[in-house]
Amino acid sequence: MLTSCASKTLAAVRGGMRAIATSGVQRSDNLFVHRDTPEDNPNIPFEFTAENKKRVEAIMSIYPEGHKRGAMIPLLDLAQRQYGWLPLSAMHKVAEILELPNMRVYEVATFYTMFLRKPTGKYHIQVCTTTPCWLRGSDEILETCKKQLGIGIGEISKDKKFTISEVECLGACVNAPMVAVNDDYYEDLTAKDMQDILRDLKADKISPPGPRNGRFASEPKGNPTSLTEEPKEAGFAVQRCVEFGDEPENDEKGGPGKEAPKKP
Amino acid sequence: MIRAPLVKALGALGSPTHQIASRAVRTSAIVAQTPAKAPEKIEVFVDDIPVQVLPGTTVLQAAALVGVEIPRFCYHERLAVAGNCRMCLVEVEKSPKPVAACAMPVMKGWRIKTNSDLTRKAREGVMEFLLMNHPLDCPICDQGGECDLQDQAMAFGSDRSRFTDINYTGKRAVEDKDIGPLVKTIMTRCIHCTRCVRFASEIAGVDDLGTTGRGNDMQIGTYVEKLFLSELSGNVIDLCPVGALTNKPYSFVARPWEIRKVSSIDVLDAVGSNIVVSTRTNEVLRILPRENEDVNEEWLADKSRFACDGLKRQRLVAPMVRMPNGELQAVEWEGALIAVAKALKKANGQVAGVAGQLADVEAMVALKDLVNRLEGETLVTEQGFIKGSGTDVRANYLLNSTIAGLEEADAVLLVGTNPRYEAPLVNTRLRKAYVHNESQIASIGPKIDLSYEHDNLGSDPVLIKDVCSGSHAFSKVLEGAKKPAIIIGADLLEREDGAAIHATIVEYCQKLKKPEWNPFNVLQNNAAQVGAYDVGYQPGADRAVKAQPKVLFLLNADAGKVTREQLPKDCFVVYIGSHGDNGASIADAVLPGAAYTEKQAIYVNTEGRPQQTLPGVSPPGMAREDWKILRAISEVVGTPLPYDTLDELRARLEDISPHLTRLGELESAGFNDTGAQAAISKSIGGGAIDVKQKELRDYFMTDAISRSSLTMAKCILAVNKQKRQDEQAKQSVAI
Repeated sequence: MLTSCASKTLAAVRGGMRAIATSGVQRSDNLFVHRDTPEDNPNIPFEFTAENKKRVEAIMSIYPEGHKRGAMIPLLDLAQRQYGWLPLSAMHKVAEILELPNMRVYEVATFYTMFLRKPTGKYHIQVCTTTPCWLRGSDEILETCKKQLGIGIGEISKDKKFTISEVECLGACVNAPMVAVNDDYYEDLTAKDMQDILRDLKADKISPPGPRNGRFASEPKGNPTSLTEEPKEAGFAVQRCVEFGDEPENDEKGGPGKEAPKKP
Repeated sequence: MIRAPLVKALGALGSPTHQIASRAVRTSAIVAQTPAKAPEKIEVFVDDIPVQVLPGTTVLQAAALVGVEIPRFCYHERLAVAGNCRMCLVEVEKSPKPVAACAMPVMKGWRIKTNSDLTRKAREGVMEFLLMNHPLDCPICDQGGECDLQDQAMAFGSDRSRFTDINYTGKRAVEDKDIGPLVKTIMTRCIHCTRCVRFASEIAGVDDLGTTGRGNDMQIGTYVEKLFLSELSGNVIDLCPVGALTNKPYSFVARPWEIRKVSSIDVLDAVGSNIVVSTRTNEVLRILPRENEDVNEEWLADKSRFACDGLKRQRLVAPMVRMPNGELQAVEWEGALIAVAKALKKANGQVAGVAGQLADVEAMVALKDLVNRLEGETLVTEQGFIKGSGTDVRANYLLNSTIAGLEEADAVLLVGTNPRYEAPLVNTRLRKAYVHNESQIASIGPKIDLSYEHDNLGSDPVLIKDVCSGSHAFSKVLEGAKKPAIIIGADLLEREDGAAIHATIVEYCQKLKKPEWNPFNVLQNNAAQVGAYDVGYQPGADRAVKAQPKVLFLLNADAGKVTREQLPKDCFVVYIGSHGDNGASIADAVLPGAAYTEKQAIYVNTEGRPQQTLPGVSPPGMAREDWKILRAISEVVGTPLPYDTLDELRARLEDISPHLTRLGELESAGFNDTGAQAAISKSIGGGAIDVKQKELRDYFMTDAISRSSLTMAKCILAVNKQKRQDEQAKQSVAI
């Protein structure tokens, strides 16, 4: 607030000069260089499991000779799923499989935010805080997570089970607020729901994903508010054109099909 | 790895298919190259000037054809197009938005406006974005004064800034990387043009640099803590359009407007790279490459660029004579010359001369004339060659395919050489051939990393016979190639069976040769070598030892091949050279000469191209140009040489061999005459083929100048440290 006031004042003082509104830059909280740590250094061995080796082969077979590097993202994902996150040695393994310099793998792994390059818990709680979720109370959800797990954003719990991340829109705004735990979406949450989910996860019980307010998916809660009448029979607008001989586009009165939905 | 994916794909399908496939690709390439009619040129208009261009020409190239320069940061002629800086945006009529000139091919009838309002506005916008995150530290930036961003901000940027720093936190800050003792990084200044990344992966073949992160957090670096270890790393300094990558030894030394620039050539390897020597107050500050398409393009190897601090250390600044107590004592020139003259008088014709790797042609000619006048015959180079009369035919010791020609070679066999460190800029040509020309490269010798894929056939010398008799698999590749090349390391020919190897390969090359293409190449590693052979020096210091001379001249001979023990007790050794190294330590009289930055002198490079150095600074102390010292000795000894000026000496050079004074021009040596050579018995035997410089750490110190250089010593330390770390990592993974 203060800063924007300041810039406005500055702009007013300058008078005729052009000015653009600027705001502080939000930077990623990830590091884009590698630092050797006890958990993550090139000396930690990484090897795909026997089962995953078969998957590696299957993934590699999709890509034609000479374009094997296309398999990089699927392989990194596989490594991440196996290890829980993506250590440096896993990147090296992928580079070895694809016969690429390590740097080319680092570039990809650091570009995508969903490749987790620092130790991450078994359950990765990704709380969406983008506008729709925020309007519907994501702050409260985030606070609940922090309080119940005793960790902050980007931190890992002592038992290595939980990590909380603040994420941008995950595309489930209709069911805001939402939280993703690993691959599962928990939607239409309240603080109470969040507590239940976390309690279950602590006992390694995975609650059924989906909306928590009784909805099946993204349908309206209660009864539909629009398109309530029976659908018209097929081709009804065409019949009308044939009857009156006018173009449907030029119809200013609006045919039955063009009726604006009623406000609920 | 940017080889054409199709051919690579086919390559993995097994060799028979590959043969067919690559032949098919090559045939189709031939068809494409020699069509019935050339592709029709299309007309475009750059600022209303019509220009005819080939289809596929980019807007930027078309503009360059009419002399309009479009500003750019990321685009570079010798690197792949990236198109990420957006500085080259120009307006094209009827195009809804400005186009990136470096990446957009022109279409018929396009009207390109490089100075319209829209173009100028686009440039201003891009510049504003670039400057928003660029620190305003030009006063303390080493690039200041020769900075593309500075120049282009002045020429194309807005005249005022709209940038207001919110709480002084607005500019991006990036941590600096430690990528070695040669390149200093100030990553906050980086504008992400990725030229260094592309250079590392395309030209140097070391994929250590890359971009990590995204958006505002993107940065250039190595991600892990790693040094950018390449023999070409210095070139990223020249490529960097801002001050993000600068010359570490040169940091905070001088501003570009304070220095004098002298065009010269480099003598630390046999490539003869063209350089610019920057000097101030009689001191060499730095060395930059100078463009020469035929030799070094616009690159320079690290040793040539950074060893210049060796020119200030270990220098001989006064003549010295060894006293009866065994110590060298500084004397006046007069005293030193008289001491040498006395020894020469006593020698009674038993005089010999050895030229080392930094000797220039003028001094070698003066030494030869002096020794001959004193009735001495033995004039040799420190570096050996084949036994016998191998140096009589010029084509026997030259890189006959020429440095630029190797780019077109489609099959290359390296025998006992590591071009990556013996001649880094020849290696970039080979890599270019590998990347763009689908050249197949094989080597006979130890397993080494050449920065491109190649078949190591083994290190058994018998393999040479196998290949040359046509029975080896690679013989088929060579014989099927349009421009095959065999490159022999100069060190290999020093061996006992060197003559046999040489003769075998010469004979095979007779079979491989094509009109206008000589496949026989010797890669020399000393700048003096070809010049010495051209003026009639014999190869091999052992000949000088065998002559058991009473007076031995060592002209820049510092490789330590002549030792005191080998010489007769009463032999008087005269060392003429610039550095106190192996040669001076065994000498009875030390006469301080000039280094290559201090004299006007001719050197002939490995392909036989004579080029001259020009003096940037004067020789230190009492040091003098080498040929003048020899001229002075001749005067004192009573047989004055018939030249008093450099021009007169050059005239003498012309008498010996006219090509020596045609500077910069390459005289074809024709084809080797096999007659004399074939008579030698072809007994290739002896031990495994080896090369001296196998790893990067062997590269940095190879001559008196680089041995005296502190920067080169730091490089070796850094390489060793990195190697230790890598080994530790490997060990712990194994455990």
